[in-house]
Formats: sequence, structure tokens, C-alpha cells
Amino acid sequence: MSRPEKPRGVELSSRQLKEGKVMTSRWNPRVKYAWATGEAISRFLEELKKGKLIARKCDSCNRILFPPRMFCEDCFKPTTEWVYIKDTGKIETFSISYLDRDARRIEDPIFVGVISIDGATEKMGIMHYFDEITRDEIHIGMRVRAVWKSEEEREGAITDIRYFRPLKEGEE
Amino acid sequence: MRRVAVLGGGMTIFRRRLQETGKEMSFEASRMALNEAGLELSDVDSVVLGSAPDAFDGIHLKGENLLDGAGAVGKPYIRVFVGGGTAVFTPIAGWWHVASGLADVCLVVAEEKMSSCFPHPQSAFGHIWDPILDRPLKPNLVWIFAMEMNRYMTVHNVRKEDIARVAVKNKRNALDHPSAQLAADLTVDDVLNSEVMAWPVQRLDISPPSDGASALILASEDVAKKLTDDPVFLAGAGWCIDSTMWTDRDLYFPEYVARAARMAYKMAKIENPRKEIDVAEPYDPFDYKELHHMEGLLLCDKGEAPILTREGVTQRDGDLPTCPSGGLLGVGNPIAATMGIKACEIYWQLAGKAGKRQVPTDPQTGICQAWGDLMQYGSVLIMRRG
Repeated sequence: MSRPEKPRGVELSSRQLKEGKVMTSRWNPRVKYAWATGEAISRFLEELKKGKLIARKCDSCNRILFPPRMFCEDCFKPTTEWVYIKDTGKIETFSISYLDRDARRIEDPIFVGVISIDGATEKMGIMHYFDEITRDEIHIGMRVRAVWKSEEEREGAITDIRYFRPLKEGEE
Repeated sequence: MRRVAVLGGGMTIFRRRLQETGKEMSFEASRMALNEAGLELSDVDSVVLGSAPDAFDGIHLKGENLLDGAGAVGKPYIRVFVGGGTAVFTPIAGWWHVASGLADVCLVVAEEKMSSCFPHPQSAFGHIWDPILDRPLKPNLVWIFAMEMNRYMTVHNVRKEDIARVAVKNKRNALDHPSAQLAADLTVDDVLNSEVMAWPVQRLDISPPSDGASALILASEDVAKKLTDDPVFLAGAGWCIDSTMWTDRDLYFPEYVARAARMAYKMAKIENPRKEIDVAEPYDPFDYKELHHMEGLLLCDKGEAPILTREGVTQRDGDLPTCPSGGLLGVGNPIAATMGIKACEIYWQLAGKAGKRQVPTDPQTGICQAWGDLMQYGSVLIMRRG
């Protein structure tokens, strides 16, 4: 006796689907959303527009929480204070992606990763892009700085930072 | 709590695209599980169904859409969903129905139909990211795996060829699974030379999107002893989730999996998992994830899983057979329905019914685990004979 015994299912190929050789029924949903960005992230986005990064402090565990939130998820108490942090940090991890968001292949790879930000509690950061860097140079632990859009271009979005670039020699 | 036995399992084939609807797939898997148990739907007291994001099917109220195929008409019924962790959380939810005494027989069904979203279900994954912090960067789900894999490799100084060995092993194991979608006899070089998707992730490091369904019959000890002399019991269950703020934690080790594992080991009275676990089915949507999860399950030290893999310990005839089913990498990844190669496989292995996939050591205790959400969720189930 061996299980599963004769598992069932009829496989369809993408060709059969494309050529209309199988019965299908289609639906193109048009649903739009506008999210209220909340107390903490609204302020975070306003500060991005000014070219600054801001965090929240928890008085109970003393962590500087970034991205900011109005409550500490560990202590489960309200956070108490806004704290400006730097726009420099360290690459915690990264990827070099040849896929776009819909899994389409792209020629020019996207450098993306997690940056822990100076001034926030250790390991706390955001996901963002990297540029002005080659495949051979990028590494975990590398020090980087935000490259901002111009003041006129900024709109209060995470993309107000264009990308992070490596710190230059002598730069802090 | 009452003891809970497993009496039968079922699954469809796993493929990129199946003609059957979710309902039809659920019926096929459920019917197979009932047949193995020697039970009919009238014997079933309650039904638990697991299925992952509604966005794949384009059908909200998916639990309600699928219930006829899951045998739930006129019965207490619940649909559960914890991302990729659903594959092992669904039988956990079934377990508490029986353990609590609410049901003597519970039918557990897991379904996923990813092909409905076209041209690629990746577009539906876009909806899982934080809408304000992450989505404007147009992320691809492969990125999170690439970033986690890179962190894991860097912290432990792991070589890619040792990770590739997992893909080779699991795809080869899948040659013996009749439901397999991507079974293959490959070499480490094949994996290392495959297309780079998002460095360090290459094409053959990844499991495919799939359609499929699976099912399990859980029953009280009284019911089980009437139907079999040598039942397999659920011995321990655990689950745990970490913060949504995934950019605030070190991705090299899944602490939430370790917490879920400790919860399950405590219930199963297992003090030394390395010695007491005979067969393991950790969640392997990517090859490095098997290693990451072996460490999370405390089956080895941090950074030790690649070494054990290199030494052959995790082969089907090794000391710790790992993913003998062929895993998600070889059999396929219909998210929730991977219950068929995690929970069902451990049941079949302990019941001695795994055929060509049977590990040769007469396993008494096995563990399976699933993982999901934004790198934050772990579900763990331990089974034991007698």
C-alpha cells in the first residue's frame, strides 16, 4: 500500500488557455483604495516631505521605534515622544533583483534591501533601493546615506528618498 | 485534552494549472481521505478548511465558496488562514476540535488555486505588503526570500552549493511522489547555473506556484481504536507570530518558529528533538528555507543545517530524513494545500504507507512545520505512533 494512491487532477497547459481550447470565465476587477495613513505614519510622511526621518520613543523599554508607531508592540503602552533620527545607516541585507513586481524579467537589476537607520534602536529600519553602487561593492554591513528627491518633487511618500548610496570616504 | 488520531489523508496532483475548480479539488482530496479512514461524510462532526489569500482566486468569502467540496454542508465549519503557515495550522485547528471533545471526527481540508490569477499569481502577492511603507517600492515577493537568504548566508558564511543540495535532494525525492509537479534528477551545478531571479535566489532555488488540495481525517482515540490497531496520534502543536515590522528584526534566524517548536515539544514531552524526531517535513518554499527551518525547529544548531545536508544526514536514508515527500520544491507549492506534503506525509511515513518514499528506519515520531506571512509566522505539528 502506498499513499497517496492514484491522486486525481486534470492538468491544463498555458497554451490550451491562450488558444481558448478550454472553458474559462473572466473578470477584471476595478477596485480602488485610499488608505488613511494613521497618526504615526502621517507624521512620518510629513517629515519625509521635509527631508527628515522621525521615530517614536517608548518610555517603558527605551527603544527608539522606527518606522514610528503610537504604541510599543512589546510593552503594549503608548509611545511618548517624537525623536528625529539620521538619514544614514547600515545595510542589514540586500538583493539584486532581475524581476519586477509582476515577476517580469528586467535587464537593469533593482538593488534593494533593508537599511537599519542611525539613531533608531539597533536593527530597526526600512526597505529601500540602493544606487551609485556596483554588484561587486555592495555588501551587508556597508554604511549608506539617503539620496532625497528635491524639495519640489517630494510628496510625503517613502519614495521621497530616491535610494541609499554608499558613504564616501571621510563622510560620516 | 483528549488524544487525537490521524485516520486518513488525501491529495490531488499538484500542477501549475488544474482544470478542476477549488470545490472539485477539495472534494477529490476529502473523498480520498475518507476512503483511507473507512469513514463516510455522515461520520464527520465538524470541518476545518484552510486556504490562503483570496486574491489568487479572485473570490472573497472563499471559505463559503469551497464548503460544498469540503463536505461542510450542514456542519460546524470554519476556514482558517495564516499565510503560508496555513498548511500546518489547518490540521492544528482540526486538532483542537477533537481534543476539546467538540467533535469525534473532524475533516480537515486545505485548498489552493493559484492559477486563476494570471498571467502570474505574483501580482496578487503584491497585495500582502504594507500599503504605505513597502508598496510604493513595487516589491516582488521573491525579494523577501532573497533578503532573508542573503542575511542567513552571510551571518553563517554558508556557501550557495550547500543550499543548492536541498533543491537537488527534494526534487529527487519527489520522483517517488505521484502528485509531483517538479520532480527532477538534477545536480548542484544545475541549480547554481540556473537563471538568477533576485540574487542570491536562482530559478531552481524556488518552488513553483500550483493548484491542488489535500485533506486529513482526525478522530478521537475511541473512534481510532475501532478502525485501526496501530493509530498515529497528534502529539504536540505549536504556533507563533512575530511583529509585522519585519524590517526591525534580524532575518538570519526565525525565532517565532523556535517558539512554536518549543510549544509543540513541551506538549509532546520531547526534551531532545535532535534525538527524538525520526522524520521531518520543514517548510521548503525555497531551498534555504529548509535549512532555516531545521534550525528554527531546534533540530540542529544555528548554522549547522547546511553541514548536515552536505554530510547526507537529511537524505531519506540518513539519520534525520528531511522532506522525504519531495517537499514544496519537488511536489509543488499550492500554499495551504502543501498540508499534503507536510502533515499528510508525516502521517503516511509513521503509518508505514509512504511506499517508495518510506524512510527505512521505522519512524515513531515525526514533525512538520509551515511558515508564512511577512517572514513572521510558524506552525508546528508533531505526530507519534501508538
